[in-house]
Amino acid sequence: MKNRKLLSALLPVAAIAAFILFNACKSGGPANNGKDSLNTTTPTADGGAGLKLPAGFNAAVIADKLGGTREIAVTPQGDIYVKLNRAKNGKGILFLHQEGDKATVKTGFGTFGGTGVYVKNGYLYASSDEEVFRYKLNAQNEVISPDQPEKIVTGLLSRREHEAKAITLDNDGNLYVNIGAYSNACQVEDRKKGSPGQKGCPILDSAGGIWQFKADKLNQHYGDGVRYATGLRNVVGFDWNQQNNQLFVMQHGRDQLHDLFPDMFTTKQSAVLPAECMYALKKGDNAGWPYMYYDQEQHKKILMPEYGGDGKKEGGQDAIDPVAAFPGHLAPNGLLFYTGNQFPEKYKNGAFIAFHGSWNRAPEPQAGYFVVFQPFKDGKPSGEWEVFADGFAGTAAQTASGRAEHRPCGLAQGPDGSLYVTDDNQGTIYKITYKK
Amino acid sequence: MDFKKAPIIIFASVLFTVTGLQAQTRHKAKAPVKHTTVGLKASIAAGQKVFAQYCVSCHQADALGVPHMNPPLVKTTYVLGDKTKLIKIVLNGFNEDVEINGETYSNSMASHDFLKDQEIADVLTFVRNSFGNKASAITAAQVKAVRATNKKS
Repeated sequence: MKNRKLLSALLPVAAIAAFILFNACKSGGPANNGKDSLNTTTPTADGGAGLKLPAGFNAAVIADKLGGTREIAVTPQGDIYVKLNRAKNGKGILFLHQEGDKATVKTGFGTFGGTGVYVKNGYLYASSDEEVFRYKLNAQNEVISPDQPEKIVTGLLSRREHEAKAITLDNDGNLYVNIGAYSNACQVEDRKKGSPGQKGCPILDSAGGIWQFKADKLNQHYGDGVRYATGLRNVVGFDWNQQNNQLFVMQHGRDQLHDLFPDMFTTKQSAVLPAECMYALKKGDNAGWPYMYYDQEQHKKILMPEYGGDGKKEGGQDAIDPVAAFPGHLAPNGLLFYTGNQFPEKYKNGAFIAFHGSWNRAPEPQAGYFVVFQPFKDGKPSGEWEVFADGFAGTAAQTASGRAEHRPCGLAQGPDGSLYVTDDNQGTIYKITYKK
Repeated sequence: MDFKKAPIIIFASVLFTVTGLQAQTRHKAKAPVKHTTVGLKASIAAGQKVFAQYCVSCHQADALGVPHMNPPLVKTTYVLGDKTKLIKIVLNGFNEDVEINGETYSNSMASHDFLKDQEIADVLTFVRNSFGNKASAITAAQVKAVRATNKKS
């Protein structure tokens, strides 16, 4: 009797596990059906970090178990600043010094958790989920007064969903901050089946876009900044493109098309739609959220179902087109334009994108957990993107179930052209190098 | 033929038919009234379907959730503890930061008050008896009672 009870309780678990396994085997790891196929370069084993990289590249784990390591900055001296999502022992920013293939934590400071960290013009900039701070650096790019940051921006909205404030700077003294929308699709009731989209989405007044502030003015609030671009649901990976002198962003597309509209979208469609989009922004641009999403298979801007769409009707007539589109839910958390000389010529001025990996593909297998390279020519994406560094998750089953060991998050380029990747799951920092 | 025995035979066959019918009706209604093995099994099976439709995309097939975003449903007092609190999470949604085993979770859960009492009972019974969890069943009557006193938004 007891055994039978146990068996009936376990049966559904076994069924779900079998379903996951079946799907994982069926698609051979990451989702690849038709145009969603993930292009891979010929992978080779690397020097022990467990990553798959193109021939000639090597990855080393230079630090691990640091905490929730989000964005990363490497100074001209080769020292590292990395931001933790939650302060560990009261320290939210770690400073590491490199010796050979190891980086050692020298000090920690900043009591706040958060995402953004950026080094520019003699200052270290770092963000919490509500504020942006800066620390003056000495000639060696070391923080002079770790306990006395200047508050640059304050009072930004953080309502739990899409709370991370990513930051970057241009060459004209401006600071850019992502303020993510505290919503999936601006429904009256967030993520509730049957709840309609709000007319004239009020979230866009104070979130769902990129705000521009002065990089050297203290205590700025919304009123001191400019809504530089709107209609962006959530951006974590963005970078200033030096070739175009232009801001590029990676948007996290909406979730749950099947959950909320099972009659319009199958679980398979919902797993790959909508696209994770790359946008090249100009001041005043609107990327269209929440009124539309981009379908990378139809190559069209589609009217959001919460606003009357059916998966086919086009929408977003006033919205800009993405410059590149990637499969859904892969969660681009890091974007870096490569300007170094260490890597082969094809990588110069192209974009590396760290995909944190999906969760919203269930019950379909999860995907992502890799660093992608998108080739560029003359400041525009040119040619197919490819998986550059893979294997962060561990086994194919770990990828499919979403139980990834490591999740790529932040990217930085070292003074010698090496590429740094953070993992915010186990607090690992990888250094990727190339040898002819 | 012994006519004296006839009423007994008729009585017995009527009784048999009635109990049979009752059993059938009870089976069709999945009657989770008493926590019989049959009732529990049926409720878990029905709950699994509700889980696959409304819960799996956030809480995941193994119910372990998503780090920092969607909380796990395994070995937590939110699931195994107070039934009223648990039923209210489904009815009202959940919009506050929650810390479970040292990890915080911040995603918003929508109200699922559009589910029927029986569906909520089934899915919660399924979750409380799957993924390594072991706790008593939740009945439609319990959901109905909580819904009746639940705050109106």
